[in-house]
Amino acid sequence: MTTETQPGNASPAEADPQWMIRFDKVVKRFGDVTVLRELDFHVRPGERVTLIGPSGSGKTTILRLLMTLERVTSGTIEVDGQYLSHMRRGDRLVPADERHLRQVRKKVGMVFQQFNLFPNMNVLRNITEAPVRALGVPRDQAEAKARELLEMVELADKADEHPSRLSGGQQQRVAIARALAMEPEVLLLDEVTSALDPELVSGVQCLLRDIAQQGNLTLLCVTHEMRFARDISDRVLMFDQGQIVEEGDPEQIFTEPTHQRTRDFLQAVLGA
Amino acid sequence: MTTINPCSAELPGTLGEAMPFLCRGAVVTLQSTLGGSVLAIAIALVVGLMASSRLRSVRGVARVYMEFFRGTSVLVQLFWLFYAMPILTGYQFDKVAAGILALGLNLGAYGSEVVRGAVQAVPPAQREAAIALNFTPYQRMRHVILPQAFVAMVPPMNNLLIELLKTTSLLSVITVADLAYQGRLLVNSGSDQLIVFALMLVIYFLFSYLITLLMRFVEGRAGRLVGRERPRRRRSAPAVEGAR
Amino acid sequence: MIWDWDWTLQILPDLLTQGLLVTVQATLGGAVLAFVLGLFLALLRRSRRAYISRPVGAVTEFIRSTPLLVQLFVVYYVLPDFGVSMTALTTGIIGLGVHYACYTAEVYRAGIDGVPKGQWEAAVALNLPRHWIWLSVVLPQAVRRSLPALGNYLVAIFKESPQLSVITVVDVMGLARELGSERFRYLEPITIAGLFFLLIAIPASILIRRMERRLDH
Repeated sequence: MTTETQPGNASPAEADPQWMIRFDKVVKRFGDVTVLRELDFHVRPGERVTLIGPSGSGKTTILRLLMTLERVTSGTIEVDGQYLSHMRRGDRLVPADERHLRQVRKKVGMVFQQFNLFPNMNVLRNITEAPVRALGVPRDQAEAKARELLEMVELADKADEHPSRLSGGQQQRVAIARALAMEPEVLLLDEVTSALDPELVSGVQCLLRDIAQQGNLTLLCVTHEMRFARDISDRVLMFDQGQIVEEGDPEQIFTEPTHQRTRDFLQAVLGA
Repeated sequence: MTTINPCSAELPGTLGEAMPFLCRGAVVTLQSTLGGSVLAIAIALVVGLMASSRLRSVRGVARVYMEFFRGTSVLVQLFWLFYAMPILTGYQFDKVAAGILALGLNLGAYGSEVVRGAVQAVPPAQREAAIALNFTPYQRMRHVILPQAFVAMVPPMNNLLIELLKTTSLLSVITVADLAYQGRLLVNSGSDQLIVFALMLVIYFLFSYLITLLMRFVEGRAGRLVGRERPRRRRSAPAVEGAR
Repeated sequence: MIWDWDWTLQILPDLLTQGLLVTVQATLGGAVLAFVLGLFLALLRRSRRAYISRPVGAVTEFIRSTPLLVQLFVVYYVLPDFGVSMTALTTGIIGLGVHYACYTAEVYRAGIDGVPKGQWEAAVALNLPRHWIWLSVVLPQAVRRSLPALGNYLVAIFKESPQLSVITVVDVMGLARELGSERFRYLEPITIAGLFFLLIAIPASILIRRMERRLDH
């Protein structure tokens, strides 16, 4: 396990390989609005976790914090034993600088609701840009890898295409390939099928199911598709108002939720 | 504290030497700005509405005017009006008049585009509602479309008026004794260049700022007119106004 | 007949060769300077360090609020005092370029602001280094968005270039003024100069409008 801290300085938590993701009393406020209240939760390496709950309950914020797109108000987050938004200086924790952030971001990848492909690059370049610029992979090597990934997402023939000429589903598959090209240990999926036309949803979901089953990727997924959540995850967390209301394996949550708020929520989304 | 007249010749050094002249020039600059603005806005309204007309021919005339005056530079237009036209027509403009005319025609062409754009941006439903209420075309324009379009016109008009102010400096080329003219005269007669140019630039900047302040006030007024802001309860409540 | 055709034919070649060459040089030189410098100003303007962004903002605002003509005077009269001697044309190009850089800076700024937030986030999520986020993701998109507006400024610079004749540059306008003063008859040279600008500026603006529409799609 790689850590930046000196061996003698590492706390037990940091050396603990048991958790890939660790939230410790995380609070996130936007102005007056508290989105996360003292949130604790842990994810094991290779575990596939889905976050469900009404919109505004803070699920997406969790992903954005992990991707360092937001910073915690207080509390700490660790990814693979490394502090995310903090770093150690001596025996104190200080806010992370850009170098530290770039170091920990290597482990995390994210797929967005709106794909966010770069419109000024073709499909291949979208996938190779980050490995080449951020990891220093030689371009030909990065391209070979990108073509493999495109093969996997069944878009091998679209390598030279411009993103705007692809359907939403195809764009999202490219975005998934792009994230995987960085070989992250944690993949964050932020409502990845919400912006897709209904008929394109299942293709993307199948692909993600395959990815989930193949690798030892740790998955953290926010979705409103309960079937998908059930298919893809080992564990489901039900969120409400910035806190975990209930958690358990998918079967239990979806068939016999114990908490009233979970029942209300499921009823609302499943229309049952 | 005694107030100091910024145009006084008793100011120390180059200031005292330059300011009386610069002030005289500044007055001419303001006058030409004002004259040019009035003409430009009048032209902009008329031609802008013509450009929004449903009649092809009317639109065409407006289009030709706008393209023509936006297509050549003001300096050329100014020269033409002042030096070339008299040969053709035998009528010689006074130089300030020629200047104001050139400013008005040129910036008026840009202003027409602003007016046209703003009128077009009024939702078509507004026009339809006015037709449904059996307003005459004039009433539709005067009471429904224009007041709404007016709000959208103000910010780009602000920019145009600043352009107009800056363009007045070109009148110095046909020897109108404006700020730019007086400044250049001072420099040519041996005053400290750096100070004179700095003073000129600052005066122009202050005038630009004045225009912006004025237009902001107009924008606030216009906004209230179409309910973009909470209307004031009472007419005489400046204290509330300031506090908000 | 009032219009002197003989003289017209006599001066036309000079206006369209000598004068045109200088006008084109002034326009292109000014535009290149304005487009490059403007981009730098826009980036400085967006700096997170207030002691950089504030002064840059103030200076560009000041330059935009004051006349090009006076700025040309400053460059023309004041720079030689500091030991910088340049031809009138170079002086004019610098004046035009700096003046319009303060406008193009705003164009670029709008272009940069127009790049969707998701693009930044995706780039951060891919761990791209900051300078590569700018170079390979943000700026290419921002510049593309800015192209029509930059095109309009190219035409504007072209149309404002006659002002250089005031600081003795012999462009189309400068030459027309010279010819006019020789005979004290301005009708023909100034009319030709006017038509010249019209004939170039109008098709150019139509072209730009078309480009704008194409970029919208």
